[in-house]
Amino acid sequence: MSTHEGGRGAARRVALHASLCLGAMLSLQSPAAAEVIAIVGGTVETASAAGSIPGGTVLIRDGRIVAVGAEVEIPAGASRIDARGKIVTPGLVDPESILGIVEVNAEPGTVDHTVANDHFGAVLEAADAFNPRSIAIPVNRIEGVTRAIVSPTGVAGAVVVGRSAAVNLGDLGNPVDRRHVAVRVQLGEAGAAQAGGSRTAALARLREALADARDYQRHHGAWEQAARRDYGLHHFDLEALQPVLRGEMPLAVEVHRARDIEVVVQLAVEHGIRLVVIGGAEAWMVADELAAAGAAVVLDPVANLPMRFETLGATLENAARLHAAGVPIALMTPMGRGHNPRNVTQGAGVAVAHGLPWQAGLAAITASPARIFGLEGVGQLQPGFEADVVIWDGDPLEVTSYPDAVFIKGRAVPMESRQTLLRDRYMERLGLPRAR
Amino acid sequence: MNQISLTMPRKRVAAVAIAFAATLLAACAAPGPGVPGSADATPGHGEPFRSVYVPASAPPVLFVGATVLTGDGRRIDDASVYFAEGVIRAVGTPVETAPGTRVVQAQGKWITPGLIDAHSHMGNFPVPFVAAHQDVNEFSSPNTAGVWAEHGVWPQDPAFNTARAGGITSFHVLPGSANLFGGRGVTLKNVPARTVQEMKFPGAPHGLKMACGENPKRFYGGRNQAPVSRMGNLAGHRAGWIAAQQYLDKQEKAAAGNGDPPPRDLGLETLAGVLKGEVLVHNHCYRADEMALMIDLAREFGYHPGTFHHATEAYKIADLLAETGSCAAMWADWWGFKLEAWDAIRENVAIVDAVGGCAIVHSDSSVEGQRLNQEAGKVMGAARRAGMAVSPEHAIRWLTENPARSLGIADRVGTLAPGMMADVVVWSGNPFSVYAKVEQVYIDGVLLHDRDDPATQHQTDFELGLLGAGGGR
Repeated sequence: MSTHEGGRGAARRVALHASLCLGAMLSLQSPAAAEVIAIVGGTVETASAAGSIPGGTVLIRDGRIVAVGAEVEIPAGASRIDARGKIVTPGLVDPESILGIVEVNAEPGTVDHTVANDHFGAVLEAADAFNPRSIAIPVNRIEGVTRAIVSPTGVAGAVVVGRSAAVNLGDLGNPVDRRHVAVRVQLGEAGAAQAGGSRTAALARLREALADARDYQRHHGAWEQAARRDYGLHHFDLEALQPVLRGEMPLAVEVHRARDIEVVVQLAVEHGIRLVVIGGAEAWMVADELAAAGAAVVLDPVANLPMRFETLGATLENAARLHAAGVPIALMTPMGRGHNPRNVTQGAGVAVAHGLPWQAGLAAITASPARIFGLEGVGQLQPGFEADVVIWDGDPLEVTSYPDAVFIKGRAVPMESRQTLLRDRYMERLGLPRAR
Repeated sequence: MNQISLTMPRKRVAAVAIAFAATLLAACAAPGPGVPGSADATPGHGEPFRSVYVPASAPPVLFVGATVLTGDGRRIDDASVYFAEGVIRAVGTPVETAPGTRVVQAQGKWITPGLIDAHSHMGNFPVPFVAAHQDVNEFSSPNTAGVWAEHGVWPQDPAFNTARAGGITSFHVLPGSANLFGGRGVTLKNVPARTVQEMKFPGAPHGLKMACGENPKRFYGGRNQAPVSRMGNLAGHRAGWIAAQQYLDKQEKAAAGNGDPPPRDLGLETLAGVLKGEVLVHNHCYRADEMALMIDLAREFGYHPGTFHHATEAYKIADLLAETGSCAAMWADWWGFKLEAWDAIRENVAIVDAVGGCAIVHSDSSVEGQRLNQEAGKVMGAARRAGMAVSPEHAIRWLTENPARSLGIADRVGTLAPGMMADVVVWSGNPFSVYAKVEQVYIDGVLLHDRDDPATQHQTDFELGLLGAGGGR
């Protein structure tokens, strides 16, 4: 597959493993080898303040980027990868994923992002369920996805539904980058449905959770001696909310209607909480309030239909308008959060076609999700950052483009998945020729 | 294709079509027992709830200097497209135009036939997705062949407009897939309308929605009712066809003066319509082995197995599908949501195409239906990577000519040729780019969407007053 010039070095290394898929997978378990890789000649899209560097070099050592620029000295002994005519970007970061916590949606035994009872809420950890050996992971990483924010999506009878994790798609030894990057909440129609059918009840649940968590923290000694009032949530959940109250971690709230967003912005400001709006179909209508509150929005860039009464104002220009108003945005994959994070590029392309600047579109699936969820050293091509690098055969936001090579923490990913194996098996069976 | 000419004889088009069918398209166009043959001779066909669609009158239009993808595999650069009175008059070289023709300089623009979505639930599963709008599945029995999708189509579905803005000019609305026999599907023109009859594609054959695999057995099995297993699915299908054969048999005997006709039965009427070749089968089926069973089922009862929808494993039996003359209507990359969708691959459409089959990119979604061109683009990229480069002029067939053939309307739409309905899309550039925008959409020669002219952008009754200032989808 990596027959292009640019991927030659990577392709050769990968070819060594490709004869035995398992071998290739296992190679990812070991820590990044002490090697130096120079990706030269490509148009380097850094997703950082450095912007775009034509004919640039990305120098990788020990799994980290050590230099990026037009004039980078390449040490002797470095593996050179010729990326002339290619586009080099950071690895993609899927900001709204259930990758690895679902295998087959219709088979309940493989589904870990929803919970059918409300014994626990905030304490639930996507990190615990994340399966780095999910079949869906190679399918997506060979198309450039190197990291994901994986989130629980619902608990029956609860509005605080668990904690999101940051994961990588290549390092089997250390698949979870950060166990907790946000506490996840459902409001709007979804939250109301879990709270008895009304938005007011959902908001009351959230306020109670925050008040209880604060009280629990302040009067922990008394609580230990059973000398404090009862709380609405399990003490595990109250513990889980502490980093949110301290402002160390955002509250990620699934909410769409403009007025619902305003209400939650106000609540976040009152409590001094960092807010990330998930979905936000009508966020463009309250862009200034969001910007003033420093809130970010993770949105679906193709959501333009009035799918529900809370999304009547949905538009393809949501991303562009929020960006113009100064609201940090990240773009989720259009449809298929468990299986097709790879389509974040298509979604970003659609947002760009509808007014989002191209650089902002790339950042919205790389640097921006990393920043929104507090992942340092990920999502940009910058010295000191982890070497998640993708070499594309064309504009990465273009639907016809594919990666020639993908690096996660400086290691070339085998460009193979169960889907490429199925493809090859049946193309051979049908006598279809295959260019290699 | 020659077998599916409907009410309007178009000899020139038919000649082209036949020549074409002899080569690549033989797969779909092969005269199967299920392909309707003589709608001309049966003016009563489709009589109930008949189409009252009449295009508005519009001035003739001549585009000059465009890149034209004709829909049947050809690309003509620096070409003109001329249509008048709702019909394509000329494609390619400049022609004499009628007085009053609007001449449009279209250098840099690409022109394609209107896109056709072979699998839509617009109207019968409209947005907003609320309980009041669930008119897609008649969950009451595994055999509801007697229900008609058009009786559940809400003409105010906002999704019609966003689909039109994505270049969709015709589409097939199917009943859902909960039932073994889901009912009749209907082909509509994507025109603003007050009633479904004002949208019905004149003369288009009905479809019969069938389903195999997980959906019927999961839904009815969950109620402890047949079918509970794939065995039950097939037994249910066969029982349905046996009854239909008996029904048809009685009808034919009665027509020959031999006994009374059977009492009218809507479900058996639909199935008998398939056996008579008047109704086309559209079969929801994912797995390769199940499609092969459905092909044998059709053989047992003497009808054409029609088009397989979703067909995530079509690539495994692409040769069989081509040989059978069955189209496969597929997504670019949906997979994994059910076990029967576990083996889907991005090259599915391209592989079906590469062995000479009739490949279609469909949506099954009012979201994806807005950008079938991009979905095809993803397949083109994957195909190139796998050593099967596909040109734009070839790939457009997945969205135009092939779905038209699947729906039995290929003599009217799906290609840009003289005599065809003037369903035309003008793109800002190569339609397979994520950045391509639909600039104009003509249906039967009438401009129904202009990106730069909000006055042409229809809003449904439902949408009036919804968006705030600065709105727009």
